[in-house]
Amino acid sequence: MILCWLLFVPFIGGLLCWQLESRHAPSQAPRWIALLTMLLVVGLALWLWLTGDYSLAGGVVGDAPNWAHEIRLSWIDRFGISFHLALDGLSLIMIMLTGFLGVLAVVCSWQEITNRIGFFHLNLLWIIGGVVGVFLAVDLFLFFFFWEMMLVPMYFLIALWGHSGSKGNTRIGAAIKFFIYTQASGLLMLVSILGLVFAHYSQTGTFTFDYMVLRETPLTGTIAYVLMLGFFIAFAVKLPVVPLHGWLPDAHAQAPTAGSVDLAGILLKTAAYGMLRFAIPLFPEASAQFAPVAMALGLFGIYYGALLAFSQTDVKRLIACSSISHMGFVLIGIYSGTLLALQGVIVQMVAHAFSAAGLFIISGQIYERIHTRDMRQMGGLFGRMGALPGFALVFVMASLGMPGTGNFIGEFLILFGAFDTVPWVVVAASGGLVMAAIYSLVLMHRVYWGTPKSEASLGGLDPREYSMMLLLLVLTLWLGLFPNTVLDISHTAMTEVTDWFAVAPLPTS
Amino acid sequence: MTDFSTHLLALAPLVILCATVVGVMLSIAVRRNHFTAATMTVVGLNAALLSLLGVLQITPIQVTPLFIIDDYSLLFGAIVLVASLACTTLAHAYLETLPDRREEFYILLLCSAGGALALIASRHFASLFIGLELLSVPLYGMVAYAYRDRISLEAGLKYMVLSGAASAFLLFGMALLYAASGTLEYAGLADTLANGSDSQSWLLVGVGMMVVALAFKLSLVPFHIWTPDVYEGAPGPVSAFLATVSKVAVFALLLRFFTLAPPASDGWLLTLMGVIAFASMMIGNLLALRQRNVKRLLGYSSIAHLGYLMTAIVAGGTFSIETVGIYLATYVATTLGAFGVVTLVSSPYSGTDAGALHHYRGLFWRRPYLAAVFTIMMLSLAGIPMTAGFLGKFYVIAIAVQSGLWSLVAGIVLGSAIGLYYYLRMMVILFLDEPGESRRDAVSGWGQQSGGIMVLLLAAAVIFFGIYPQPLIALVSATGMAGG
Repeated sequence: MILCWLLFVPFIGGLLCWQLESRHAPSQAPRWIALLTMLLVVGLALWLWLTGDYSLAGGVVGDAPNWAHEIRLSWIDRFGISFHLALDGLSLIMIMLTGFLGVLAVVCSWQEITNRIGFFHLNLLWIIGGVVGVFLAVDLFLFFFFWEMMLVPMYFLIALWGHSGSKGNTRIGAAIKFFIYTQASGLLMLVSILGLVFAHYSQTGTFTFDYMVLRETPLTGTIAYVLMLGFFIAFAVKLPVVPLHGWLPDAHAQAPTAGSVDLAGILLKTAAYGMLRFAIPLFPEASAQFAPVAMALGLFGIYYGALLAFSQTDVKRLIACSSISHMGFVLIGIYSGTLLALQGVIVQMVAHAFSAAGLFIISGQIYERIHTRDMRQMGGLFGRMGALPGFALVFVMASLGMPGTGNFIGEFLILFGAFDTVPWVVVAASGGLVMAAIYSLVLMHRVYWGTPKSEASLGGLDPREYSMMLLLLVLTLWLGLFPNTVLDISHTAMTEVTDWFAVAPLPTS
Repeated sequence: MTDFSTHLLALAPLVILCATVVGVMLSIAVRRNHFTAATMTVVGLNAALLSLLGVLQITPIQVTPLFIIDDYSLLFGAIVLVASLACTTLAHAYLETLPDRREEFYILLLCSAGGALALIASRHFASLFIGLELLSVPLYGMVAYAYRDRISLEAGLKYMVLSGAASAFLLFGMALLYAASGTLEYAGLADTLANGSDSQSWLLVGVGMMVVALAFKLSLVPFHIWTPDVYEGAPGPVSAFLATVSKVAVFALLLRFFTLAPPASDGWLLTLMGVIAFASMMIGNLLALRQRNVKRLLGYSSIAHLGYLMTAIVAGGTFSIETVGIYLATYVATTLGAFGVVTLVSSPYSGTDAGALHHYRGLFWRRPYLAAVFTIMMLSLAGIPMTAGFLGKFYVIAIAVQSGLWSLVAGIVLGSAIGLYYYLRMMVILFLDEPGESRRDAVSGWGQQSGGIMVLLLAAAVIFFGIYPQPLIALVSATGMAGG
């Protein structure tokens, strides 16, 4: 039952915000409602964490996994579709992250968004609701349902509250691009899901969309490979993997701060989650076969993203492109298939969510003060903005993987874990760390050092901004110093994924 | 009960509709009153709808060689009647200020709905032709009903000329089939097709010409040219009628014809249908991209949607009836909702309908619920989860995957991706607010009018069946088509 609450609280909260606005416009009430809703989600997730046991021994492949919580209601009997939610360590980490970033998204738009507050928070909360649904659903139809559903509010967020950017890039254009990329690739996944379901149907004569049942479906090589590709492309667009990344810089650049935080912090992670939860366990052999290609794409993404980041003049685009680079590491980690690397993927995702959120919020705060995101018009901001540049320095250092931050742990574990199976990929990927250092320092240099445009102070951080930054900073460092907090939760779930990979003959040589 | 009275009961919906037509006509002769005519129409349609429940007890039953009343015809008959009812409610608010005779509109509408019922239940070329003409001929008048508006008159003429050409094709096709097989019944035709007579090629040519005529009515590519002009020119309620009732009836007939008399002896006809389907998806969506008028846009979107649905015909099999039923039910609800909003914004009649996109700019901030309804309908047309449109798209993709029609799967995916662009653009316009453009607006009490309530109900239904489709699926999947 608690899973239902976790899922429905954001939806209900969103509707409340909207209704409140139309009753007593204009007021601050929707903000408080939204904040309370998000705190409630975080609270529920923390309660689940504190009371649940996520360190159960991993089952043998084919056993029922150890869901900590599960709920299953009949939904569409005609096709054996059920409303099936389940929670294990992996989902829990993702949901805590979602809730936490949801709080940040509400808080960071406190002054940025001034019109149509209620409708804004409706969209914001519905995104969160959709993402929570994605992390909980274990029925493929339900998963797809939430996967597509969360796009609509994100579309509105970018289209209605975004910034119309430079060079004729409109926010509506960016929003439509985002939507078409993700929706079209989503349909490919739907085709794959249906292909899998009909393959199962032709063997057993029953319709089912249940993840637990479908992953037992024996498939021949080619069919499995094609179906796996359908899933992979859908996830690759969201992650994003390089040839499919076209939407990301635009969407990030035009989105309001809260939208960027959600995009980078959570939406990108749904893709990695989907690979870990669905693409690999459903098609272990095909995934193992595909792993070299995926890792090559990841490797390419690391360098390409870094190069792209280096050439940007827009702060938010730079951070967005650096995400492409970071997600390359995640992709390598996922498809290397060792426990250590998969654990690293989890840490990397959480750490990247923190650091990217921090950097996006900082760009939002700079934008509020000097009304530009163009780095050529910045320079010399250090000392003119109170503590803000200091925080920026920390998050930039985190982003380049400085020891002591969570990002270091993540990248280190991924590279260390993957070294056994794919040493040369790791060697090549390590070079990406150098590139990360370069673009991060360039960011730091262009924005905060150099000749100031003027000496006037731009105003320091108010308590709201200060506490957001401080919280993110503490969490980043905590993750860097005590990564076991996260690793313990995800251990079982990751062991299972490793087991799935172990069944398949790994093409290592 | 005698045989005759059973047969009469089976035809009760049709009989009730015809009686209503006569009743409305007489009432007009006695005293003109818009309200009376509309009320009689609504009562008649409701009575016909209720009579379906009674007919349900005696299905399937063949009535004369012309009609077969089975669950299939009742299901689609119900969809047609509900859609007609919705169009009547919309028309009432719309026609209120028309500076002409208003009452005759309902006679035309009822006649057309009767034709649709006949068409759906037909099992014989004679009833097919009568039904189709009864459906189409009143539509000429309805499309041109606001004839003082040049664009409406032009649309009416265009529709009439092209529709006449299509009828000629249909008749010629039927004649060829009769010449080759010696029967006018679908089932008899199937035997001839199966026995492989030496006039096989004439049969296929005949079927092909019939397909041309029906494809024209369904506005499938390449017979789609008339659609956007007629949709744009016709009064809002008539566009809604054209997009729902006429499409449902013709498609139901097409499916019955292809199920009872499968023409796929050597498969080229099905290949042709596949090509038509693919072309409709692509061209409908691509041409919609550059439209600046909502009604034209919906016209092009209907071309694409019928293209998606053609997949079911190409796939065939028992699953296709369920697919078509679900898809048409969701599509009708969505299209009625979309045209309903357009009509409400243009009601009461005051010259050309509010079609241009800029009329809708910022509608959300003036009429939040009306704009929310329109948003839901756009999302449903785009096939986004949580709306009924997704269910339809799910079915169509499912049947295409099941039958291994991979090129059509690719067409659906590609077409949906293209379609998103204009649905989203239409949707976001509702939420923008930039001054300086002329606007039109629904009357302030729109939510209390019958048309407004109808639109809100449709939105509720679209969301409800999007989230919990089980009742709809159970209803449709229990529907069987009687053989012969």
